Amino acid sequence: MEELPLIDIRDVSFRYENRVVLEHISLQVRAGEFWALIGPNGSGKSTLLKLILGLLPPQQGDIRLFGEPVKTFRQREKIGYVSQKSNSFNSGFPATVLEVVKSGLTRKKGLFRSFTKADEKKALDALETVRMSEFAHESIGQLSGGQQQRVFIARALIGEPELLIMDEPTVGIDEQNVRQFYSILQHLNEDYGIAIVLVTHEIDLVTNLATHVACLNRTMHFHGVQSDYEQMGDDDVAKWYGHPVRRLHGGESS
Amino acid sequence: MIEAFLQFEFLRNAVYSGLLVGLIAPLLGLFIVVRRLALIADALSHVALAGIAGSLYLSQQVALFATLNPVYLGIGSAVGGSLLIERLRKTYKDFEELAIPIILSAGIGFGAIFISLAKGFSTDLVGYLFGSVSAVGRQDLWVVVGITVIVVTFVALFYKEMFTLSFDKEYSEAAGVSGKWIQPLFMVVTALVIGASMRIVGILLVSSLMTIPVAAAIQLAKSFKGALVLSIVFGEIAVVVGLVTAFNLDIAPGGTIVVCSIIILLIVLGWKKIQAYRRTKGGATYGHS
Repeated sequence: MEELPLIDIRDVSFRYENRVVLEHISLQVRAGEFWALIGPNGSGKSTLLKLILGLLPPQQGDIRLFGEPVKTFRQREKIGYVSQKSNSFNSGFPATVLEVVKSGLTRKKGLFRSFTKADEKKALDALETVRMSEFAHESIGQLSGGQQQRVFIARALIGEPELLIMDEPTVGIDEQNVRQFYSILQHLNEDYGIAIVLVTHEIDLVTNLATHVACLNRTMHFHGVQSDYEQMGDDDVAKWYGHPVRRLHGGESS
Repeated sequence: MIEAFLQFEFLRNAVYSGLLVGLIAPLLGLFIVVRRLALIADALSHVALAGIAGSLYLSQQVALFATLNPVYLGIGSAVGGSLLIERLRKTYKDFEELAIPIILSAGIGFGAIFISLAKGFSTDLVGYLFGSVSAVGRQDLWVVVGITVIVVTFVALFYKEMFTLSFDKEYSEAAGVSGKWIQPLFMVVTALVIGASMRIVGILLVSSLMTIPVAAAIQLAKSFKGALVLSIVFGEIAVVVGLVTAFNLDIAPGGTIVVCSIIILLIVLGWKKIQAYRRTKGGATYGHS
């Protein structure tokens, strides 16, 4: 028997009042896969993500996480979430990097139990993975955008998830740091076998690193392995994207 | 002061409750400030005013209320107000802050009506508005002790959830850390802190003890734990210095405590300025000295 997909989206549609934002979307994400979910602004990416995370009630179709309907899915710790940097927190917040990373264990520990030395060790390990150990005792607000995003990956990693979901994690980060950020993701995917779904509106480097690409613009225009995406002509991409795009191909990125 | 402290029970009551309030107000205040809810404390304290004024009025009219400590009705109405704010915040999802002026003006409105009905300000009422060194009875002290136990227990039990929710609400939702019932509980506890503090700092100045020490602390602290400790230290200094000054000069402690915390804040801000100046100038002046 084939193993259950981590995310199983079947024929999902969604509308806000009378505006249809998603139409007949189906997508399966399996263990160890790295998906780049791309689409222009307003293509319904964020809505799809919210549906997957259970932040919006489903209207039509079926979404399952680890074989369980989203509504009754309780093992949230299996999923690590990294949001867009700009809207996630107040940069004046008095907290150290270590405190922020530890907060990723809140759900897993459960109520009425406080953090221990072992949790601190886990946080330091997670920081090591994203190469941020030396900043453990710095204030989170003092770091650059790229560094903060790495800390948020560590926060997602500390619970040892099987799947990382990221909503435009590189918005507002300079190119140098974006490359470093993606190389960490590749490392997590290849060496730890963590499945990744990364949502972005930029057709950028990530489509070269991902194992799979999905192109969304209200409907799913393409989804499949990265090499098939590479084969697609630039004109095809431009057609669903809505305007001409310049794609970076394999050789140019690294 | 020490002689008087040993001699008068009322003074001991005031000092003990002051110390407890100096602990719990900044402790909860830190969570309120980082969640950008600083004005909620103001709204709730004005609802407490309505309760106090109502109780004082009723004590003139109804025999049953004559012996009732107005603090109870004050706390009760603040708790009621806190639940109403939660409701309103849900009703006006896109204008969450709208709940604050609605509840605040409702509190003052009812307060004004009761004060007029009771034929104006009594000395009692003034004590509630600006705090009082002499008005803290043994019963009041026990109320403060009880509330302190509740607040400290609440923070100890839900520290990590409160931190996670305050730091990043969107992440918390996605990660399955729900504020569904912690949030209303948090509001009720906030109302309790206001109830506990009003005898000492007064209704009009309660929110300042919850926010000014925190404002100073977050200028200096790198970590959340550090901010917590510093907020409490600043809160306690303000309360102790404020109470001593108030007693010696015979003025309302609410005023002295708040002015004292403002002075602490100014010192902290000044010190930060000097530090920043040194950092930028440091390299440049090095050669001349």
